[in-house]
Amino acid sequence: MNAPLIGTSVKRKEDYRFLTGGGQYTDDVMLPGQTCACFLRSPHAHARIRSVDTEKARSAPGVVAIFTGDDLAKAKVGGLPCGWLITGVNGQPMKEPPHPPLAQGKVRYVGDHVAVVIAETLNQAKDAAELIEVDYEALPAVVKVADARKPGAPAVHDIAPDNTCYVWALGDKAAVDKAFASAQHVTALEFINNRLIPNAIEPRAAVASYSRSDDSYTLYVTSQNPHVARLLMTAFVLGLPEHKVRVIAPDVGGGFGSKIYLYAEEVVITWASKQINRPVKWTAERSESFMSDAHGRDHLTKAELALDRNGKFLAMRVTTTANMGAYLSTFASCIPTILYATLLAGQYTTPAIYCEVTAVFTNTAPVDAYRGAGRPEATYVVERLVDTAARELGMDRSEIRRRNFIKEFPYQTPVALLYDTGNYDATLTEALKLADVAGFEARRQEAEKRGKLRGLGYSTYIEACGIAPSNVAGSLGARAGLFEAGEIRVHPTGTVTVFTGSHSHGQGHETTFAQVVADRLGIPLENVDIVHGDTGRILFGMGTYGSRSIAVGGTAIMKALDKIVAKGKKIAAHLLEAAEADIEYDRGTFRVAGTDRKKTIAEVAFAAYVPHNYPLDKLEPGLNESAFYDPTNFTFPAGSHLCEVEIDPETGHTRIVNFTAVDDFGKVINPMIVEGQVHGGLAQGIGQALLEACVYDPESGQLLTGTYMDYALPRADDLPSFKVGTQETPCTHNPLGVKGCGEAGAIGAPAAVINAIVDALAPLGVRDVEMPATPERVWRAIRAAKAKK
Amino acid sequence: MHAFSYHRPATLKEAVSLLRKVENAKLLAGGQSLIPVLKLRLASPAAMIDLGAIEEMRGIKLEGETLTIGALTRHAEVAASKDVAIGIPALARLADGIGDRQVRNQGTLGGALANNDPAADYPAAVLGLGATVNTNKRAIGADRFFTGLFETVLKPGEIITSVAFPLANRAAYAKFRNPASRFAIVGVFVSEAAGNVRVAVTGAAPCVFRVKAMERKLAEKFAPDSIARVRVPPDNLSSDIHASAEYRAHLVTVMAQRAVEAALASK
Amino acid sequence: MGVTVSMTVNGARVSADLDPRTLLVQFLREHLRLTGTHVGCDTGQCGACTVHVGGRAVKSCLILAAQAEGAEVMTIEGVSRDGELHPMQAAFRDHHGLQCGFCTPGMVMNAIELAQKHPNPSEETVRAGLDGNYCRCTGYHNIVKAVQAGAAAMKR
Repeated sequence: MNAPLIGTSVKRKEDYRFLTGGGQYTDDVMLPGQTCACFLRSPHAHARIRSVDTEKARSAPGVVAIFTGDDLAKAKVGGLPCGWLITGVNGQPMKEPPHPPLAQGKVRYVGDHVAVVIAETLNQAKDAAELIEVDYEALPAVVKVADARKPGAPAVHDIAPDNTCYVWALGDKAAVDKAFASAQHVTALEFINNRLIPNAIEPRAAVASYSRSDDSYTLYVTSQNPHVARLLMTAFVLGLPEHKVRVIAPDVGGGFGSKIYLYAEEVVITWASKQINRPVKWTAERSESFMSDAHGRDHLTKAELALDRNGKFLAMRVTTTANMGAYLSTFASCIPTILYATLLAGQYTTPAIYCEVTAVFTNTAPVDAYRGAGRPEATYVVERLVDTAARELGMDRSEIRRRNFIKEFPYQTPVALLYDTGNYDATLTEALKLADVAGFEARRQEAEKRGKLRGLGYSTYIEACGIAPSNVAGSLGARAGLFEAGEIRVHPTGTVTVFTGSHSHGQGHETTFAQVVADRLGIPLENVDIVHGDTGRILFGMGTYGSRSIAVGGTAIMKALDKIVAKGKKIAAHLLEAAEADIEYDRGTFRVAGTDRKKTIAEVAFAAYVPHNYPLDKLEPGLNESAFYDPTNFTFPAGSHLCEVEIDPETGHTRIVNFTAVDDFGKVINPMIVEGQVHGGLAQGIGQALLEACVYDPESGQLLTGTYMDYALPRADDLPSFKVGTQETPCTHNPLGVKGCGEAGAIGAPAAVINAIVDALAPLGVRDVEMPATPERVWRAIRAAKAKK
Repeated sequence: MHAFSYHRPATLKEAVSLLRKVENAKLLAGGQSLIPVLKLRLASPAAMIDLGAIEEMRGIKLEGETLTIGALTRHAEVAASKDVAIGIPALARLADGIGDRQVRNQGTLGGALANNDPAADYPAAVLGLGATVNTNKRAIGADRFFTGLFETVLKPGEIITSVAFPLANRAAYAKFRNPASRFAIVGVFVSEAAGNVRVAVTGAAPCVFRVKAMERKLAEKFAPDSIARVRVPPDNLSSDIHASAEYRAHLVTVMAQRAVEAALASK
Repeated sequence: MGVTVSMTVNGARVSADLDPRTLLVQFLREHLRLTGTHVGCDTGQCGACTVHVGGRAVKSCLILAAQAEGAEVMTIEGVSRDGELHPMQAAFRDHHGLQCGFCTPGMVMNAIELAQKHPNPSEETVRAGLDGNYCRCTGYHNIVKAVQAGAAAMKR
């Protein structure tokens, strides 16, 4: 009855409400009797709190309550937990300093939470917050990654006097050292992977309410994973019975990782809502987002690649220091380890890889996953090395890649991952065509005539999505499962509601997941609705991050659909008076094989809910099934990104004139949505390479990029239109053959951009430009190179 | 924002008398710079006198050799004005590059000048054209108007009413934008009228300034090459996370050359 | 000390006694419960709060409600008629010019006014004309296409 939906660019079901102002975001929630919260934040990067005097503030107009760290300590409110235990090379567990939601004794970064003021209006709360007198004893701060372990650096936490959270390693060091010792060529680079601030356009927000009638809480919060937020909050921080807390993540305006974590604000207002027995709302102002959202990246890395004279990779050695910030955010510890070092094989057969990672504490905001999370950093290391090595060996940059591509699958890398499938030659070939690399030299010469420098950069990346399986992750330190849950409710008239543990905050699940369900059941798309983001309606969920939704959440839905069809066959067999084994299901119809005797799914559903003619002795009524799915492996999207830049050598300004991305996401459900995900990722990757940097004053620890006046978020005229293509090599271990696409752009793009800039400047003698490649940095690189000549 | 009282006079006269009467009052024109400052609680005036209803302070007039623009004229109006396009096209283009579309739809000439942000565009045009700033009390020459970082010669009780721009033979503005704020890292306005050349630089220092060395060279020969070797010393220039003083000094020469090139192309 | 403010919002006359420091966006969201207009920043760059005041696209977080005294204000809720999407809204849907939807109302409001001033905008004009709106999801690629298509549809 229906054309296949999988693989078609269905227009999004969610768009109407977003386009007409009908979206319901957390800040749109207004509860009767609601109060407003304002957090008093530390103006110091590091200080001892001698005292907090709230007396004047308490009597300010409209103030309902004020709480400090002492109040939370008295109430035995726990600290914010970290969800991944990394064990270091010395066998010691990582240092896990306490992370109180409101500071106790010390503040450790600018923006750290000191007190919460709850008032009738937000202005009143803010006015009162100014009346709180905090006596700080300012302490010296440690800000930069490079400074954290220097002798005499101030200690952020007493339990880590050398500011070291862990030193961790992966790979066979002896084999790597041996390969380097005899290598004919070694390419070495040192770089900073610049610190970024995620900047979802919707600031974080939370509305908490408490009901005395049944001692229960409801929290609306900007979360990518409300069940995880509830679990962490109830079990580890507030000690509440989990079933008494409902967490709702309604429409969420972008996440990019920053809304995975459990933050102090939502915990504090949930607790406070009971203390004052009134709802409490908090919405971050953008300045607060800059200060207190978990930041991303911030690595300092030394990387080496050993090659033979034919450009064959022999070994890779990487030493990285990663900034954790002042406290361990929810998944901070696994980003520069499990999601970074494991990706260093890239698309290549490099036989030996060793990576050592030192995680450090500094007096800066916590650092955690930001779109790509470890994988952009790894790709940057690998792809900068490969482009540089090609140049040093005088090899073509496609050729050196092709010579080292993994061509046989499954492939076991030396850094723990088992790639199930891929076709890297094909994506590269397609990208070269789409980017018209053959015509590049002519374009370069034309630009030269205009006084501009053109460069072309390559980046062939690998990504690992849908982190899994849970037991392996557990053995590596994960403190959470990594499955997903889904439930299919076929209503008596045959329409369907799907409950998924994945959360959509821009990804379009309400459409993509509906396509999967409508396609599998053979029913119209408009008969399927997707429900997500509510612990009160959805059985469980691990949420959306790491490009896992379709691969893990989609598979859970597929498993539940299998159960629906299996039960439907039993019902149909009864209705059609046939053997169950003879019933076939196809596009909405149960049929006795080889006959025209059939029942539609609506008829079967009706029979299930009005079970008059029904095998009640053998079968429960109803048509509602759920499934949990724990993947057997990661999925491995991969692709080739090509960036073409034009540089104005007088100003150092770089313009991206072409950007081509050919990605292999396995089976694509909705090409329009997938392309949109790629575009967005590319913009963030290009932003990292050219524009974005979180800058703290290296001495005082003041955040210098604390508003959009100073943090350069990409605008429309900073970016080109993108050329996007896909190749489909289906994933081998999930029923849809899907891999995930959310982060690819952000992973591949930075290296492509910097490789293009270096390509443009290489004739002048430039070998590297630090990210972001601001006009001044490029200008200086040109000047320094010219001075050397 | 801290609390304040709000006044919305309908005439300039009423505004002046309110300004005299109300203590710690701040004038509100378009508010595109002022409102964010208030929101971040970086300023706390006791009263706001909103000039938005004063019609007599709006409008653009081209008469003889002078283009007069009312203080409350919005950037978008200047950018789209036929009179400006005929009289001083460089000014229209400058206005079209201020802030962003929505800001241009609300921000005003008078507000921008009174604020004198070190990286704002309009001060470069006013100084670069040798305009006259008219207030309720007097006419102030551009060379005297801008006195320092966010500072002007305006006295308490004084309100900018209009700006009179003398027409130039040729003029252009070249701006190197701050990628975050879109203010000028360096913006150079160049004009030539009857052999008289003015070069005004914004963004580079705490206050807009003229580069007389460039003006002399350009008066001899109005061509980019004339100033290729003229360097502004970096010592007094601004240095921040976006650009060092040294880089700004370099950009002043580059942008000045580009402005000259554009001015030549315009006529 | 309050201030009485009257204006027309989406065709309806409204009036309220407000704290003078009430921003237009706060008035729209909190008093009129028109929550389609969003707040994404505090310094006036993101443009999520863009509405039309007197036909001009402005940032409602950068003006006081009192400054809109007597004005005709239109928000995203007033754009579509009888449930039918405005051509610009339809173009955003058709070209996948939105993902999380948070920047979308401001984007659409700016785009409508842009199209009124530039009925046939080039890609360059559209990109330059979106300088007052941030989107973190789409990379702007499809927004640019949507605005061009929307402008074309508005002429019909």
